[in-house]
Amino acid sequence: MHTVDGGALARWAWLIPVVPMVAAFAIVLFGKRSPWKGWGMAWLSMAFVAVYGIALFIANLNEGIAYQGAVSIGDIGAAGSGPPFTLEWGWMVDGLSIMMYLVVGIVGFLVFTYAKGYMEGDIRYTWFFGSFALFGGGMLVLVSAPNLIQLIVGWELVGVASYLLIGHYWEEHENSSAAIKAFLVNKVADVGLFVGAIIIALSVGSFRFTDIMAVVSGGDLASPLAHYSFWAGVAIFIGAMGKSAQFPLHVWLPDAMAGPTPVSALMHAATMVTAGVYLLGRLFPFYNTPGFADDVRWIIIIIGTLTLFLTGLMALVADDIKKVLAYSTLSQLGYMVTAMGAGAYTAGLFHLFTHAFFKSLLFLGAGSMIHAVHSNNMSDMGGLRKYMPKTFWTFVIGSLALSAVVPFAGFWSKDEILAGIQHAGNNFTTAQGGAALANYVLVVSILGAFVTAFYMMRAVSLSFFGEYKGHGHPHESPNVMTYPLIALAFFSTVAGLINIPGITEWFTQTVEPRFFPAGDFHPTAINFGLAGIGTLAALAGIVIGYYLWYADKETQQERDRFRIPVLYPLLEHKYYIDDFYMGGIVRPIRGPVARAVDWFNGYVIDLVVNGAGYVATRVARLVYWFDQRGVDGAFNASAAAAGGSGGMLRLLQTGRIQQYVFLIVAGVVVLVAGFIVF
Amino acid sequence: MIINQFLLLGAVLFSIGVYGVLARRNAVLVLLSVELMLAAVNINLVTFDRVIQDTLAGGQVFALFVIAVAAAEVGIGLAIVLLIYRNRRTANVDELDLMKL
Repeated sequence: MHTVDGGALARWAWLIPVVPMVAAFAIVLFGKRSPWKGWGMAWLSMAFVAVYGIALFIANLNEGIAYQGAVSIGDIGAAGSGPPFTLEWGWMVDGLSIMMYLVVGIVGFLVFTYAKGYMEGDIRYTWFFGSFALFGGGMLVLVSAPNLIQLIVGWELVGVASYLLIGHYWEEHENSSAAIKAFLVNKVADVGLFVGAIIIALSVGSFRFTDIMAVVSGGDLASPLAHYSFWAGVAIFIGAMGKSAQFPLHVWLPDAMAGPTPVSALMHAATMVTAGVYLLGRLFPFYNTPGFADDVRWIIIIIGTLTLFLTGLMALVADDIKKVLAYSTLSQLGYMVTAMGAGAYTAGLFHLFTHAFFKSLLFLGAGSMIHAVHSNNMSDMGGLRKYMPKTFWTFVIGSLALSAVVPFAGFWSKDEILAGIQHAGNNFTTAQGGAALANYVLVVSILGAFVTAFYMMRAVSLSFFGEYKGHGHPHESPNVMTYPLIALAFFSTVAGLINIPGITEWFTQTVEPRFFPAGDFHPTAINFGLAGIGTLAALAGIVIGYYLWYADKETQQERDRFRIPVLYPLLEHKYYIDDFYMGGIVRPIRGPVARAVDWFNGYVIDLVVNGAGYVATRVARLVYWFDQRGVDGAFNASAAAAGGSGGMLRLLQTGRIQQYVFLIVAGVVVLVAGFIVF
Repeated sequence: MIINQFLLLGAVLFSIGVYGVLARRNAVLVLLSVELMLAAVNINLVTFDRVIQDTLAGGQVFALFVIAVAAAEVGIGLAIVLLIYRNRRTANVDELDLMKL
């Protein structure tokens, strides 16, 4: 493919992460005194990113941009053998990063607009937007990173912002626990990312993606990277599993719904959680080249498939509408990871792209309802269709897009994932996520599409139809909240049309790896058979959902309708994974650790402290003795000497004038005698 | 010119002055003895002035200064003695030993 360096637009792309970052610090420092109390700066920085992203996207459509800027910071590790590692801060302008700039910019801009209405009157309004802008900056540092170190920096920045924002309402212990849980689960996974980054950097000698991909495309199977690629690939994938909340590290994402809804929409649905998918995309040639990490792909595809199906089922029993959407996000992330595992690079990223629009739309719609009824629970909603028409219609569009109904965005991306999995089944070995494995995965993915439509029908029915079950009188949200919903509904409708296999392939061209060939990664024609099966599954979900919840408006108490033994308790207790983590890992470790710390504190630290105290007492006594005997003795002795000599000299002081005169005369006589004699 | 007689006179007068200062108990007489010593010095000054034939007659001028200073000194000295006598009803130098510890 023909590529250009992008000119000034690419050279100045370093502004994309820097502007929101500067805005974040400016908001924290001066936000309270600025107009709109900090919201303005955050919103303008996102508007800048959105405009820059659109400009880059259009420029990239004309001619593929492949630009990599870098500023060297310093060398490390030069003392030993081998060349030093160069630490760089840089910015990548290629199709993949441009696609992420576009998503973060547009969705971020709309969510920030919405947040002005949603967060109105919040006690930490300014701080919220400071943290949110920090997230924007961190996410853009992550996606602009041309090397692993900068990627990790961005990775951790979004982790910190996630922690701050999940714990935004920290007055309630549950919320701060959710923040700590999200942070710790991510930290566990980050160990994998670090290990993977270290293995890759040591075997390549550089942190740069282009250097890593140069080794991969060189195809030298005797190279150190090829030798360690399986473990490096697994370790990096563990990192991606944490951020993208893959089974069994998914437990933090449902709890992360404790944060404000705009945070859930932008971070925990549209952008941050897709960082893992982005990372797999960034390293895709590494995972797709035979002899390198292609034998990790069966792990990726199995984890992705487990995630997409198991978490989708959990969305069926949740009452909290944000939890329903969180499980749905997990399920869709499972689709993306499955696509990556199947080698369907374009399909996975395309689903990331479309999902960002319709899932943020659903979250913002849910936020609009929560704003109106002051409860997260669908058992307090019902019948909102009459009160909130704009929210209703946009939410329905988002649900249709998520359920993969023609022609909404989700249909096109999900269909491509199914086609990609089938492609893998025909062309790859089992170790590469293909062959028989891919056939099972395909069946589970189609079942997952059914489950997706099923739980979205449930959510729509329970919240918008039937009788209103909450308190007070719900009302439509202000324009500042509904306009972003309408904009996102528009994108959810049309975003899929930019990549219809064989017809419009703008997205395929956009994300095509520019620096090195990625190998075989996307089907070129639409697969009507699979698309039909996928649509049928979705329609089946909608129809069954209709009969279960919608048709029977009077008895919408849905839980009583299908409390299947064994399965229902299993889902309600989230497969007992949280209980296992608490009972099986956290408590057994925490108890002995607490005891060990107590013992250590009681014996070792106290011993050290007491020993130090004892030594200090002894030293003090020695010093006291020296002070009393040595220093005071010296002073007393000199004083006594002065007193003694004074006492003796005193005897001369008789007070008799004539005696003095006699002595003077005698002195003169002696002196004169002395002069005469000598 | 033979100066021995003058120097001898000066020495005798000085010695008498020293004796007076050391031996007398009455403060007035002690002051008087000091005057004798000063007179002896004056004799020496004038004697050596004549021997040296100084153009400026420094010895004689110094003698005049000594006489003037001695007059002032005796004035102050007698005033002190008078005050001491008034305060303590005595002018005996042996009893003026307040500076002794």
